Amino acid sequence: MSVLNILAYPSDQLKQMSATVEQLDESLKLFIRDLEETRLAGPGAVGIAAPQVGVLQRVVIVDVSNMKKPCDNHGHMIMINPEITDWEGMVMGREGCLSVPDFTGNVIRAESIVLNYMDPAGDRHEITCNGFEARAIQHEIDHLDGMLFLDRLVSRRTDLFHRKIYK
Amino acid sequence: MNWSVLTLVGADQKGIVAAVSKVLFEADCQLAEASMMRLGGNFAMMLRVGHVAEMNLAEILQPVVTAMQLHLHVDDDVPAKPQQLEPDVHITVYGADRTGIVAQVTSLLADAGLHIVDLETAVGGSSERPVYIMSLEGSAGQGVEALRSAIQQMSDDIEISLTEINTLRA
Repeated sequence: MSVLNILAYPSDQLKQMSATVEQLDESLKLFIRDLEETRLAGPGAVGIAAPQVGVLQRVVIVDVSNMKKPCDNHGHMIMINPEITDWEGMVMGREGCLSVPDFTGNVIRAESIVLNYMDPAGDRHEITCNGFEARAIQHEIDHLDGMLFLDRLVSRRTDLFHRKIYK
Repeated sequence: MNWSVLTLVGADQKGIVAAVSKVLFEADCQLAEASMMRLGGNFAMMLRVGHVAEMNLAEILQPVVTAMQLHLHVDDDVPAKPQQLEPDVHITVYGADRTGIVAQVTSLLADAGLHIVDLETAVGGSSERPVYIMSLEGSAGQGVEALRSAIQQMSDDIEISLTEINTLRA
């Protein structure tokens, strides 16, 4: 196992579309192990996406179960070919990214999402995620589509009163 | 490279940012964080600028400062890599306008450990019934509960609410 090098913007690979995973083979399992070790090495990172280490495959890991301020969560999730099939509500929140060190900014995300993904054993799941966990997943899936939170930034001064939900 | 903080203020007009940044660019200066806004009828800008050691920024900016009638203040030798202070609370305050709202609120919050990172205020409402509005972000040095207790002590004519900023690190 090893901690992989995290790409930082302006690396080209962060702006590319990742490919659908076709085969759950041994090399994928080994890669996922390294990806997880890399996430754990990032200071307090709740998620990581394969393109952040230069692997353009649709694989992300999210785990918001150990937050200082507990939130709704599904524990540790390794998601292969994740897809958001439905969403509801919008909420503003602060984000940072291992690939954009020393900067945080406001991003509007869906409050709640319905997510389809495959786990490393090949089983498909459909789950509904809310709040902070939904935010983390949307941030990671953006990486699979070559998007950074910088592409979605809104000014800290956009809204004097941060409304919880706008519809 | 040396770093300085420039403060420029003057009657608002079109082209201030362009004129100032062009002069700095042509002098090979590097811009870092900046905050600029229209404030009343004035335009105010503060920016951290990197430059070679022997550069006199006031002299370089003199033509634009004169042409646009700006006031310039230069603080030299500021840190190259300032320590980041990540805000973890967002606080909004509003009330019928009266003197002392900012002093009262920020004093109580400062005593409860708040370190303000960003703050803006505005006066809204009608001219007969002005409303004072303040929005700030800061770091809760003694924890969020200390700030919540301080908020309980605020006078009743002020509405104040605190939201924790839970920054995603991914």
